[in-house]
Amino acid sequence: MTQAAAVEKVAVRQYKGTPGQIRRRRIELTAGLVLSALALVWIVANIINSPTQFAQVFILGFRNGLLYALIALGYTLVYGIIELINFAHGDLFMLGTLFSSYFITVWFGQEASNLAGWLTFFGALIAAMAFCGGLNILIERFAYRRLRRAPKIAPLITAVGVSFILQFIGIKWNGSTPRNWPKVLPQSEFTVLGVHIAWNTVILLLVAAPLLLLLSWVVTKTRQGKAMRATAQDQDAARLMGIDVNRTISFTFALGGALAGAAGLLYQQTTGTTNYNLGFQLGLIAFTSAVLGGIGNLNGAVLGAVLIGIIQGLNDGLPIGLGQKWSQTVVFTILILIMVFKPAGLLGKSTTEKV
Amino acid sequence: MARAARKAKKAAKQPASHRTWALSYLAVAAVMFVVYQYALPWEGLPLPIYDFLQLWLPPSSVNEALVYVICALGLNIVVGYAGLLDLGYVAFWAIGGYSAGWFMSNFFEQWNVHGLASVATTEPGVHINFWLVLVIGGAVCAFFGVIIGAPTLRLKSDYLALVTLGFGEIIPQIFFNGEDINGFNLSNGTKGITRLDPIPTGVKDLGPFDFGSKFVVFVLLAAIMVFISLQLRRGRLGRAWLAIREDELAASMMGVPLMRTKLASYAVGAVAGGIGGVAFATHVDGVYAERFNFSISIFLLAMVVLGGMGNVWGVILGAFILAWVNSTGLPALGDTFNSQFGTEIDFPSFTFLLFGLVLIFMILFKREGLIPESRLRLVLHEGDADEELKPAHEEEK
Repeated sequence: MTQAAAVEKVAVRQYKGTPGQIRRRRIELTAGLVLSALALVWIVANIINSPTQFAQVFILGFRNGLLYALIALGYTLVYGIIELINFAHGDLFMLGTLFSSYFITVWFGQEASNLAGWLTFFGALIAAMAFCGGLNILIERFAYRRLRRAPKIAPLITAVGVSFILQFIGIKWNGSTPRNWPKVLPQSEFTVLGVHIAWNTVILLLVAAPLLLLLSWVVTKTRQGKAMRATAQDQDAARLMGIDVNRTISFTFALGGALAGAAGLLYQQTTGTTNYNLGFQLGLIAFTSAVLGGIGNLNGAVLGAVLIGIIQGLNDGLPIGLGQKWSQTVVFTILILIMVFKPAGLLGKSTTEKV
Repeated sequence: MARAARKAKKAAKQPASHRTWALSYLAVAAVMFVVYQYALPWEGLPLPIYDFLQLWLPPSSVNEALVYVICALGLNIVVGYAGLLDLGYVAFWAIGGYSAGWFMSNFFEQWNVHGLASVATTEPGVHINFWLVLVIGGAVCAFFGVIIGAPTLRLKSDYLALVTLGFGEIIPQIFFNGEDINGFNLSNGTKGITRLDPIPTGVKDLGPFDFGSKFVVFVLLAAIMVFISLQLRRGRLGRAWLAIREDELAASMMGVPLMRTKLASYAVGAVAGGIGGVAFATHVDGVYAERFNFSISIFLLAMVVLGGMGNVWGVILGAFILAWVNSTGLPALGDTFNSQFGTEIDFPSFTFLLFGLVLIFMILFKREGLIPESRLRLVLHEGDADEELKPAHEEEK
């Protein structure tokens, strides 16, 4: 055994980073495993304790998760293309709930689940999507476009400002207390194996799933989607290739806004309440979902949202759990843990800062 | 000899404008003190002037504005100096407030601890001297600042904003739900902690209604924060903060330890938040969990942005203006306007609009604030020149 052979043997071994990085990775892995094990124990304990209740809250959580997915996609689309956390997006969703309420109940006077109610519901879906999409384009045009090359802190502060203005519109439109509205979706439920499932959960699935598929089709298959992906990768290069960058970014904001509008209608019709600060709460939850899945990644946003919805549903509804009053804390703790240990998220690629 | 030279050098370094500002700050404070302590209670004061002062500039609103000044100065260290966006600053305010609640009231009846307090030793509960509680509150906040900062400050700046926001939501929620944590009453939940000990000053103890004398205490605290900010800004740490703010990568290449420097800014900012929290608790004579909400963090941010990120005098001005508008200006304007024109417009409800517009318009059109810091202006307008190089097809439109 010569010295050269020994050196070669060492060199063959794969480089795994500095000792500090290796230690860090080990700590992260252990923490992840311990947390997953704890979560598993908690879930199993609850399943044994009360299986039907578990199934029930699981479905409820899944339903909320779909709603969060619609909102989270707006965050992830915008972040993917201009690296801005669009803080006002949650409040856009809130305006979507208000618009739908007024559209259905005040302007068209529908209060019951009949044919006219159904027609108004679909009319409201299109109108709310157009309303929120258009509003989002305006916000981008007036508040963010000028700041595209400014330091990152600048557009983020403007986004917070826009969020406050939208909340102000919410207060003036809705009033400062929660408001109840009649629902045009059927309120009945059906039972499978002793588990009650509300019809509006099924309807929500039937509306949300095609929207998600449509979005995926737009982004991956159409010309406009190609322009979006190109702009996300490199704005200057995209411009050189003849892509109208401003129009593409506007289109992205419109897509995100439209999904938020749809989420607003679905939320309003399933829960029947609106409130001006709804956008702040749900927006943060949706943002957490986007981060959990890997911000910028569309599939990740949906996965993260469904996971967050289920975790929140289980925590709020199960007998062995922290209960509803800690709901926000649980979600934000997940946000912080993900940010600290796996900032790239579940499906995201870890990126290095470009210089 | 060397010492004298260093002193001379220091004096030369100190910009004259800081001295002017400091003197004007003290002068305004002195005038206000005379007005509130002597002119307002004076019976010979003409009634219109008395009414005007009570409507437009009541002593309590001035004191509240000063508390905001203290906190905004702390946030300025994080946002203005180090360039880290903190959206959860209210967490430190809450921790400071509850430090005052815990250590200066009858809340922990089961314990009987007294430390140079202004109340009789027979009172149950933990009673510690206000000035010591300031130190304790600051220390607790610094501790939490490091705990929150250590794992999160590695993140990119925009992620950091959201994580701090998460903490800003979690910590008040813990206090909100903290009535019964395994049988232990941590925060008295929504009922809050009321009746705090008066502030001992050696001459007399200041209760909740001694606005005039408490004004002096708050002015002093704000002045201490200004002093600390300016000293840090000139020193090694301050220059490291500015370097990070302007270009993180370049700073780290020049040997600035990123984590330690950022953590220091976070901790110093947290201390100011804690001191502000203690001061606010004594100002309102209690701690209430529902007061610590997200909008406080944004109000403080708006104050820093309006006044001028990185410039202490600008931040003082911004904080004073916005705090006054929020607590007195809008309601008073509404009362006057409504009684004049017989309308029923709810002016205070426009706060959200106002703060939103302040943030947007300041960032869009005057990013460096009312009283700009010259270095920051250059940084913030970096990239603006690129706007002129628009592609040809855009110019045609």
